Amino acid sequence: MELFRIKKDIAFMRHAKVFNAISFATFLIAVAILFSKGLHLSVEFTGGTLMELQYTQAPSSLEPIRDTLTSQGLADSQVQTFGSTRDILIRVPNRTNQSSAAVSTTVFGAICESSRGAVRSVSYQGPQGEQLSHEACFDAGDKEIVNVKRVEFVGPQVGEELATDGAMALLVVILGIVAYLAVRFEWRFAVSTIVANLHDVVIILGFFSLFQWEFSLPVLAAVLAVLGYSVNESVVVFDRVRETLRNSRLRGMTIPQVLDHAITRTISRTIITHGSTQAMVLCMLFFGGPSLHYFAIALTIGICFGIYSSVLVAGPMAMWLGISREHFIKAAVKKDEAVV
Amino acid sequence: MNRYPLWKNLMIAVVLILGFLYTLPNFYGEVPAVQISAARSTVSVDDGVERRIDEALKAAGINPTGKLRDATGLRVRLSDVETQTRAKDLIEHTLNPDPQSPSFVVALNLLSASPEWLTRIGALPMYLGLDLRGGVHFMLEVDMDGAITKQLDVTASDFRSVMRDKRIRHGGVSRDGEQITTRLRSAEDRNAARDAITATRNDLQFQERNEGQDFLLLATLSQQARKQIQEDAIKQNIVTLHNRVNELGVAEPVIQQQGANRIVVQLPGIQDVSRAKDLIGRTATLEVRMVAENVNPMDPPAGVDTYPELRDGRELPVAVRKQVVLTGDRFVSAQSTFDNNQRPAVSVRLDAAGGNVMRQVTRDNIGKPMAIILFEKGKGEVISVANIQGEFGNQFQITGSFSTQDTNRLAILIRSGSLAAPMDIIEERTIGPSLGKDNIEKGFHSTAWGFAVIAVFMCIYYVGFGLISTLALAANLLLLIALLSLFQLTLTLPGIAAIALTLGMAIDANVLINERIREELRAGVSPQLAISEGYSRAFDTIFDSNLTTLIVGIALLAFGSGPVRGFAVVHCLGILTSIFSAVLISRMLSNFVYGYRRKIDSVSIGHIWKPAD
Repeated sequence: MELFRIKKDIAFMRHAKVFNAISFATFLIAVAILFSKGLHLSVEFTGGTLMELQYTQAPSSLEPIRDTLTSQGLADSQVQTFGSTRDILIRVPNRTNQSSAAVSTTVFGAICESSRGAVRSVSYQGPQGEQLSHEACFDAGDKEIVNVKRVEFVGPQVGEELATDGAMALLVVILGIVAYLAVRFEWRFAVSTIVANLHDVVIILGFFSLFQWEFSLPVLAAVLAVLGYSVNESVVVFDRVRETLRNSRLRGMTIPQVLDHAITRTISRTIITHGSTQAMVLCMLFFGGPSLHYFAIALTIGICFGIYSSVLVAGPMAMWLGISREHFIKAAVKKDEAVV
Repeated sequence: MNRYPLWKNLMIAVVLILGFLYTLPNFYGEVPAVQISAARSTVSVDDGVERRIDEALKAAGINPTGKLRDATGLRVRLSDVETQTRAKDLIEHTLNPDPQSPSFVVALNLLSASPEWLTRIGALPMYLGLDLRGGVHFMLEVDMDGAITKQLDVTASDFRSVMRDKRIRHGGVSRDGEQITTRLRSAEDRNAARDAITATRNDLQFQERNEGQDFLLLATLSQQARKQIQEDAIKQNIVTLHNRVNELGVAEPVIQQQGANRIVVQLPGIQDVSRAKDLIGRTATLEVRMVAENVNPMDPPAGVDTYPELRDGRELPVAVRKQVVLTGDRFVSAQSTFDNNQRPAVSVRLDAAGGNVMRQVTRDNIGKPMAIILFEKGKGEVISVANIQGEFGNQFQITGSFSTQDTNRLAILIRSGSLAAPMDIIEERTIGPSLGKDNIEKGFHSTAWGFAVIAVFMCIYYVGFGLISTLALAANLLLLIALLSLFQLTLTLPGIAAIALTLGMAIDANVLINERIREELRAGVSPQLAISEGYSRAFDTIFDSNLTTLIVGIALLAFGSGPVRGFAVVHCLGILTSIFSAVLISRMLSNFVYGYRRKIDSVSIGHIWKPAD
């Protein structure tokens, strides 16, 4: 089976302006959305308390829970369902005047009290024999009403640190990749690659901002992984460009022709690889459950846009930056001398 | 040309066998076990303890299916959950005759069901993170300024006793900020004081100043001393946390220092957050001070503090001297007992240095009241005021109008130790056990489905070479899991996601190779040469592209924390294993298929379409 039956090199570079105009437009839209709506940052970055409660019977409305929180002086909390109607997610921002670490205990106590139950912690043996215990709210008949499925509390100092560390990671990734490509290829390739791929990152962030999806640490990891992955794409294409430029039989080709040739020759690999990775990521999206949901979404978007930008944006940009055959022939000659 | 030398084939074979061995324990699952670990630093799980356990189990007719002793203690493997419960009660009873002050932590736990020879070569199942097995994670930050202040208070009190010993008259020792000021009457006294102090400790820097009639001696801590105090503070807090966590009876607690001033506490299986938080987050420190007599507690003079005491439900102010006799870190043990008159009491033991101080103070103050003050979150509370009935050293009893409940509480408070510096919980993660199970299942399913989709596609699209690619990908997964098991790296949900993502990305190398071979064939190259060229030409690209991905992985590893780290570790390892498997293993497989034939007519890599010229 062969999916791609391409007779001649496709003239991608002839439409370079169109591709870049499209990218530029999407980039601007993403930036505009980011600036107007901002990112919905998770508690990891903002600091605060996040609680996931599981009710035995789905509560008919979330209002009583909101009222309870308001009565606790936590009116700025958010309450929503998570995954199913039985699972409730509560977000409480940090405040300066009270010990934040105790918030989850206080909130759970208050919620339990409002449904006329008492908090108790139960110890029991797991199905395999491990010792387990969890905290739950029991009614008068000793039936479990609601239990704590997950709590995340992040103090203000940690949140700030994570945000700085995230930014540092991004910076180091950018510098590292540029440096490596500049040494291994040529600075023009390095610059066009990183610009093209950062534009992917901005588009992912734009999506997260537009739909106000939660931007958490795993999502940040996904974004950076996508960055590495897309750079990977550009490297494959540029590798071909270098090979073509060094090929003495193909000396007659102009630079746009060389780029067209390299992209065409690798397009079937590009699409198959992307298809495979995308399949994996979609499986994660469909089977991974709520915990991996946004992680998988970030990857899905990133891989979708990566295929386009890493090939069709990075190529023309390198062309405009003025790559030439000499950059590589010289390098090749030097290399030979070094060997001798 | 498509043959590997023998050593290369052997090397790959050895790697694969090792990979298989170290992956193996993950398939055995886990069986019930009872874990025994020391609850106090004075006891250890040794041969004697093991023998006692063996005998007790034998007497009750329980046959353990295996035993494992490591640094954390002893684990006894049992056939089923019922026997496990029985064995736990039995061992608990044997080792801790006095449930009031348990010497050992006996907890229900799981042990890998893998055969013993695997365990002996260090092949253990992957270590699951809290988000997969459920439990609590805390990050605590130690208040280093608090540690220094506390140390300075103790130093100031040392000054007083040194000068008293040397009979140097002084006009008061006080701490302002990070400086200890000693007021002296004359320059000679000042020199004498300075010499006396430097004879006992050398980590102070002195300055001299005159103020009116007074000759002042100003002491500050040297930079090195400050550093030492901070290091000691975090170490002591970790020890104290160990003691407190032991009271919880958790099977495998993790208590680690992170960075200069942070401590991570992980309690798998536990979700009894409020109790855990109460014990861990309790920033209580104990101090013993003399009660200031004949002083109006409402209007304390200089050198006297007032703290409330709860008595019969009412708060009474108690005036105590600022001078600290002892801090809680001098307490070695505390137990609730009864005194000669059958009244509830707490029996306390101090360390040697604490005993000396106590002896001296009690000798000078017989009949006078002494107070134990508990500081929590910067607020002090007097928990006991007792008259000194005689000179005593490192062992004494605290009596008063206590109930047994009071003495129990007091004993736990003293026993669980004192923190060298206050701590704050700055991060908490609690994951319920059901959520953990759910996470494993979902992570596993997504990886399995993704793998299946890719395998099916590759086999259809590249036929023979598709099968080789799939096998290489499977080997990649095997090696990755083997590495994770071998190094006992913590596998988290983002880690599982990284496994899936790595597999999705790893197939890229095989696609590159296969496409290259097709391309060569399309150009009319002979099959053997096409395979060889395909691999060698693709290698450069594979190397470059994986290296950029590795840069990302390393950056994430360096700057990531928590979930990002879990992702990054697996990602980096996955890149290494995928280079190995895509380049070496798939090449070896194709060599076996094609390399030993004299003549090949075609390569099974799917239909190759050639443009009609």
